[in-house]
Amino acid sequence: MSKPAHFKFRLYVAGDGPNSNLAIANLQALCREHLLDRHEIEIVDVFLEPKRALADGVVLTPMLVKLSPAPVCKIIGCLSQTKRALLALDLPAHLNGNGT
Amino acid sequence: MNRKPFLNHKTPPAPSLPKARTGIEGFDEITDGGLPKGRTTLLEGGSGSGKTVMALQTLVNAARIDNEPGIFVAFEESSERITLNASKFGWDLVALQKSKLFFLDAQPTSELVQSGTCDLGGMLAAVEAKAREIKAKRVVFDAIDVVLAMLNDTKAERLEVFRLHEWLLTRGFTALITAKTGSFYQCDPYMANRPQLGFMQFMVDCAVNLNHQLVRGVSQRSLRVVKYRGSSYSENESPFLIGDGGLEVAGGRRVGWPKPLEALKPIERVSSGVKRLDAMLGGGYYRGAGILITGFPGTAKSTLAGAFSEAACRRGERTLFMSFDSDANEVVHNMASVNIRLERFVKSGKLRLVSARAVTGSAEVHLMQIKQHAKEHGACCVVIDPVSALAKAGNEETAYSVAERLLDWSKTAGITLVCTSLLREASSSTESTPLQISTIADTWIHLNYQVHAGERNRGLSIIKSRGTSHSNQVRELVLSDRGVTLADAYTAGGEVLMGTLRWEKERAEIAARDEDQATAKKVLANLDNEEVEIEMRIKSAQRELAAKRSEKKALSLVASERLHAFTNGRAHMRELRGVDKT
Repeated sequence: MSKPAHFKFRLYVAGDGPNSNLAIANLQALCREHLLDRHEIEIVDVFLEPKRALADGVVLTPMLVKLSPAPVCKIIGCLSQTKRALLALDLPAHLNGNGT
Repeated sequence: MNRKPFLNHKTPPAPSLPKARTGIEGFDEITDGGLPKGRTTLLEGGSGSGKTVMALQTLVNAARIDNEPGIFVAFEESSERITLNASKFGWDLVALQKSKLFFLDAQPTSELVQSGTCDLGGMLAAVEAKAREIKAKRVVFDAIDVVLAMLNDTKAERLEVFRLHEWLLTRGFTALITAKTGSFYQCDPYMANRPQLGFMQFMVDCAVNLNHQLVRGVSQRSLRVVKYRGSSYSENESPFLIGDGGLEVAGGRRVGWPKPLEALKPIERVSSGVKRLDAMLGGGYYRGAGILITGFPGTAKSTLAGAFSEAACRRGERTLFMSFDSDANEVVHNMASVNIRLERFVKSGKLRLVSARAVTGSAEVHLMQIKQHAKEHGACCVVIDPVSALAKAGNEETAYSVAERLLDWSKTAGITLVCTSLLREASSSTESTPLQISTIADTWIHLNYQVHAGERNRGLSIIKSRGTSHSNQVRELVLSDRGVTLADAYTAGGEVLMGTLRWEKERAEIAARDEDQATAKKVLANLDNEEVEIEMRIKSAQRELAAKRSEKKALSLVASERLHAFTNGRAHMRELRGVDKT
């Protein structure tokens, strides 16, 4: 069995509003549960680094970008719908997930 | 002198609110200066109503006219498509995009997965970054409804709208937000229940509604300022069209905008092209007047208009002839048949002949075209043949207001406008025009047919002519290959005689005159003869007299000689007889 892939994430948030905090917490929880010790998270606050938002085409925040493994995928929202997020990240969804 | 301030009409009332002009013809007029500066304006309307074009045009104009950079946030269409679509307007977006205009593509992509609530924070940050970079003063959010729908939650939408508004206000951007509304979405239960758009209307300082509808199969666009905080504005619907240069709004004039009374000056007269008609009008049309020529089909309305054009070109004035019922070549040919030579003026460029035959468009579109042609050509004389074509397509109410504005425009521009108008057979008895523009025209010439004694002849009468004394007589309009002229109409027994009857009457009068002359000649000749005879008689009598006199003289001579001889003879006898001297 091959070694499970290492996940690289970039999370764009806008300031420290409720959506930002929720997104960070949800992502961290998701990683703990599914990608323990095989993930990297970069958090970009677009209010602090607006030029990055411009360059990366961030419109809606929070936005999670899975940089690797390929393919690159983008998820918007605070990641409260875990099932959807897992599906998009191609990770096995557990039946006890609170998403729809 | 003591001047009362409220009588001083020279300065318009100061704008109560700083305005950012849009540079869109007519729009700045109805909003009294443009959009509220540093505030937010909502532009709502159905799909295809011209929101994107208008929003982009304000940015382009701000960049070009006022040198104000702007950002266009495209939520629905990609910037590439927008620039491609706008390329026909000649705004030179490529050059503007280098420094003064920035497109931010913010279309949600289909592969975007959503999980939980989100907000517009990223977009605001991106706009902020770019705005700082290019020092943008204006922002457009095109199709905000698209991105709001992504939020998927009414409360969140409302919150985001509120946040956006706050953000714009604190940054001092003059913002324009476009959103889809209207009947198009009423069938869609989700879209029909979009409270946040209504909420947006309450929130913004200015809201403009764009409307696009079909009236009897003809497209009619109009816009209306729904609200404008702190400013006066035209509350009525203003028709607009998307022309070659973008949006053009028909600026509805408002009552009460003071206009200084111009000093009375002698108004120049211009020839109607028909000498005798000029005489009837007391010198011709007034320059800058609106002239209406009405009549049934075939009463030579166009010909009169053509005569006017020819006269104008002869004076060296640039003239525009808009024909709505004939082809340009046809016009030239038809006019040439009555010795109105337009071809050379078309060739020299004095006359612009435009045929808009069979062109379907709302009255508004036609008006804009007329204005555009007149502007391009620099025309000071314009002929619309016939103006009733405006009412052909679409509804007549619009056509009337368009005709009104046409006249208003021509007067403001100092253009002498000649309009022909077709009368319908049904309204023949009333002499009323379908557009009712006869009331606003300065001079109204009516042409009709007089059917009498098996003939149809053209009669011309001046129904009204403001500010001129004019003939009250109905005259006959005579067209021939030598030109157009008016003939005196004869009245006989209360009826106007025309055509053959007039000719017969003329002939009869000439014959009667001839007869009179002949009789007089004859009498004169007789008198002459008598005179000669008498003179001759006098002469012969004189001769006779002279003869008698000489005879008498001779006779008296003989007598005196005889007497002398007798006396001498007596003395001799006495001497012979030796009678003594006594």
